[in-house]
Amino acid sequence: MKRIWNNITKENSVFVLLLGLCPALAVTTTFEKSYVMGLCVLCVLLGSNIIISLIRKIVPELVKIPVFILIIGTFVTLVEIVLKNELPELYGVLNIYLPLITVNCIIFGRALEVASKENVGVSILDAIGTGLGFTFALMILGFTRELLGNNSITIMSSEGIAKLTGSSLALKNIFPNFIPINMMIKPAGAFLTLALLLALINFIRIRRKKHVAH
Amino acid sequence: MSLISIFIVGFLTENIVLTKFLGLCSFLGTSNKRKNSFWMGLAVIFVTVISSIFSYLIYNYILVPYKATYLRTLMFILIIACLVKIVEIFIKKVSKTLYKNLGIYLPLITTNCAVLGTVLVVINNNYNFLETLVFAFASSLGYLVVIYVLSTIREKLNNSDVPESFKGYPIALIVATIMAILFGRFI
Repeated sequence: MKRIWNNITKENSVFVLLLGLCPALAVTTTFEKSYVMGLCVLCVLLGSNIIISLIRKIVPELVKIPVFILIIGTFVTLVEIVLKNELPELYGVLNIYLPLITVNCIIFGRALEVASKENVGVSILDAIGTGLGFTFALMILGFTRELLGNNSITIMSSEGIAKLTGSSLALKNIFPNFIPINMMIKPAGAFLTLALLLALINFIRIRRKKHVAH
Repeated sequence: MSLISIFIVGFLTENIVLTKFLGLCSFLGTSNKRKNSFWMGLAVIFVTVISSIFSYLIYNYILVPYKATYLRTLMFILIIACLVKIVEIFIKKVSKTLYKNLGIYLPLITTNCAVLGTVLVVINNNYNFLETLVFAFASSLGYLVVIYVLSTIREKLNNSDVPESFKGYPIALIVATIMAILFGRFI
């Protein structure tokens, strides 16, 4: 439990370690896309961590990295095929960022640091923690950007997740008199949101440190 | 589309770092020093151009005829990983100084999303061979220019008075924001 909690908060891959930033910034223009991407990464991470942990003793040191990349790539391909068949619209929107999960530093880092050293149980817990932490970070980014940039929160859009759940759910015009800041859903807004969130985290950390010192 | 407009799209309007967010890990990680980011960028250009040629050929002449396009992700990453290794061995044999400069960055390029990203964009856009070549070169050149500019700014920032909570990554991201706004204006 502690490991999962740690991976979500103190060692959050996006906010603390700054890994896996490409999807974190690229797909977080709506809330829905953010958590779908997070869950895709969680699935790939879980699969690859289990397999790598199982075969860790029989893989020679020399070919470790290519073998890991191939295992991760296989799971990414699986996720791609499932998403293409179940949610073709969302697959189209996520575009190249789905295959790019293969080279996501988070998954690769976890494979080298945890799965190739620990047993299966620990690897599974670690994958769940890291994956949830990543999803959580993406959700915060997506929430902020969509709210400020479009004045709406898409939880289940009709061409996305609603196909699976049956009902669509999207909040529009949350603040009636608020004019959306278009820049926030543009690339520049992604950098800005992340920069401000990181600064906020730093600010809280510095303050807490001062508080302890006094 | 003419080759010139493809070059401009790849280099400026759809800059791989500032509009597609690819190669960000190295963008923030290695862009501390001007020299490092220059050599890193050169290595990326090298690998991107060669790997997109190979990917183009393998995708269009092997995967498409055999209806195995779902294997593209695996195939491309394999091509890139092999090429990086070959390039590393080749450079080591040919020039010691070049190896000393480029060598340490080469293994990192395998997992650099800028390379795989460019290859995927090329395939998605159905470019022909010449267009592939131009786009790959333009987009990796865009990568080089952006990380070089950013590292130069970051070197200057090291000596300036930044609020304590903005030190390090946040201020680098703010710089990236301003650059992204500028690049966004090109459209």
